[in-house]
Amino acid sequence: MGRVSLREIWLRLRRHPAGLLGLAGALCFTLLAIIGPWVAPADPMALNPNALRPPGRGHWLGTDDLGRDILSGVLHGARVSLVVGLLAAAGSVLVGVAVGAAAGYWRGRVEGALMRLTEWVLVIPQFLIVLVVAAIFGADLRLVVVVLALVGWTATARLTRAQFLALGEREFVVAARSLGAGDGRIIGRQILPNALAPIVVAGSLQIPAAILAEASLRFLGLADPNRVSWGGMLNQAQNFLQQAWWMPVFPGVAIFLTVLSFNLAGEALNEALAPRGRGAR
Amino acid sequence: MLPYVARRLASLIPLLAGMVVLGFAIIQLAPGDPVQVLVGDYPAPPEYVQQVRERFGLDRPVIVQLVRYASQVLRGNLGHSFFYNEPVLDLVIGRLPATLLLMGAALVISSVAGVLLGVACGRRPGSLTDSTLLVLGLVGYSLPVFWLGQLLLMGLSLKLDWFPTQGMRSLTVGLSPLARGLDVAHHLALPALTLATRYLALNVRLTRASLVEVSGMEYLQTARAKGLAERVVIYKHALRNALLPVVTMIGLNVGHLVAGAVLTETVFAWPGLGRLIFDAILHRDYPLMLGGLLVVTVCVVVGNLLADIAYAWIDPRIRLGSRA
Repeated sequence: MGRVSLREIWLRLRRHPAGLLGLAGALCFTLLAIIGPWVAPADPMALNPNALRPPGRGHWLGTDDLGRDILSGVLHGARVSLVVGLLAAAGSVLVGVAVGAAAGYWRGRVEGALMRLTEWVLVIPQFLIVLVVAAIFGADLRLVVVVLALVGWTATARLTRAQFLALGEREFVVAARSLGAGDGRIIGRQILPNALAPIVVAGSLQIPAAILAEASLRFLGLADPNRVSWGGMLNQAQNFLQQAWWMPVFPGVAIFLTVLSFNLAGEALNEALAPRGRGAR
Repeated sequence: MLPYVARRLASLIPLLAGMVVLGFAIIQLAPGDPVQVLVGDYPAPPEYVQQVRERFGLDRPVIVQLVRYASQVLRGNLGHSFFYNEPVLDLVIGRLPATLLLMGAALVISSVAGVLLGVACGRRPGSLTDSTLLVLGLVGYSLPVFWLGQLLLMGLSLKLDWFPTQGMRSLTVGLSPLARGLDVAHHLALPALTLATRYLALNVRLTRASLVEVSGMEYLQTARAKGLAERVVIYKHALRNALLPVVTMIGLNVGHLVAGAVLTETVFAWPGLGRLIFDAILHRDYPLMLGGLLVVTVCVVVGNLLADIAYAWIDPRIRLGSRA
């Protein structure tokens, strides 16, 4: 599989309206994460006497049991979710590529050990480990990102290894080696650029997974006390399902649409970057 | 078959050892005194604290501590929960049946319905049914479990009053065994549906994809050329091959299913292991958290092993050598 031009990618993307919608949605939510906190009408942590107000003038999406403005919470929460999603996905791609490249390039014992490790991480109940670590060490944003990256790399590692196995024997790699290129140069300059497309796809699907995992942690009450998060708002809502439908509905819609957009976008990228029948040979 | 099972079992030992080391590392690295993590954040009698300190050799070198910790865990001593005032192992085992019931129900719903709907898609790729179900699948896959649970709870239980709002049993006493079973099923319906949705969506997509992949194969043309009914061709010939990746995926999903169970049980106050772990977090009951984690890991690993064995049993290529 050669590298594909941007124009070609665009032409392929155009045939997937759902995917384009997803990409647009993902861009919108990213934009929201950037400007959200600036356009929010109120401080999302500020308590006020108008508790449990239904959506209406003054509070477009209502207020929670402590009188906090839900719209402002949703806007501020976007940044937390997106930051965690993007950073954790990036971290997991870095780990996954390192593991997969080492396994696929050096093979033999290195490969055996690394792939065994990958299999283990795949099997263990990852979310539970994240949960226990966050419960004991504190649910600080940075820690959550690191732990999510440390358990989320397996798919990327497997994929990278497969790509390296497939590409490692190709003529251009043999040629580079015969010209005296070192391992680092062959991995970084020859094989990796050609293996990038499927890695990008796998990495992009890690974003919604990390967003969901973060929201789940917050829902279970492992909140960062200084930050509003969508999952934390749903945790708050659990006791008011009967009185205030707006408390669970709006933050939940925000999580759902963000995750859906990124899933659709990842799907579209998959079609555009690594179309079936032209994948790794 | 037997050598295969033995080989798989042996490969689990380092994994479980790794989990014990991880548990130990968490205790050691946790902020504050390790004894705090072993005892929990609940006022424990000082004699007990002293006893724990000695039993785990907390004043000895780290390696001694590791060996002591591992030997305690291997003997089934997962510590004592002061919040419940019960040994952790007893608590965890007591909650296991409820969780297994919930997970089993979700697994059955998601596998059966997922495969059937996946066949409906994969038979005619590109049809209206296919594209509708594919979009629905992505929606189901993107819904946060706990939010779906909250919505169902709000709509079907609180508003329409069709289902109980929480727990596993009604408080009514003196029910016949049949009525008791129906009562549990009534309580189970919404949590099981909530937990199943994501995997249902996943199985639809997977079954569809692998059915489409085998549908071009020559043995299916042969089957059709023999004049077999399309139903027989799909269900007996195509699906048998197409199901292999689905079975693997179901095995791999056991771990994720546990995570979903923690969230689902929290929403519906289902009295299982997940709810127990949630409460442990709430009360900073560290021994219960770590013990729960270890037990769940063992269960997940065993579940995975069972899926692997089922796979090898379905597909002779696996058990007869030729490692992929």
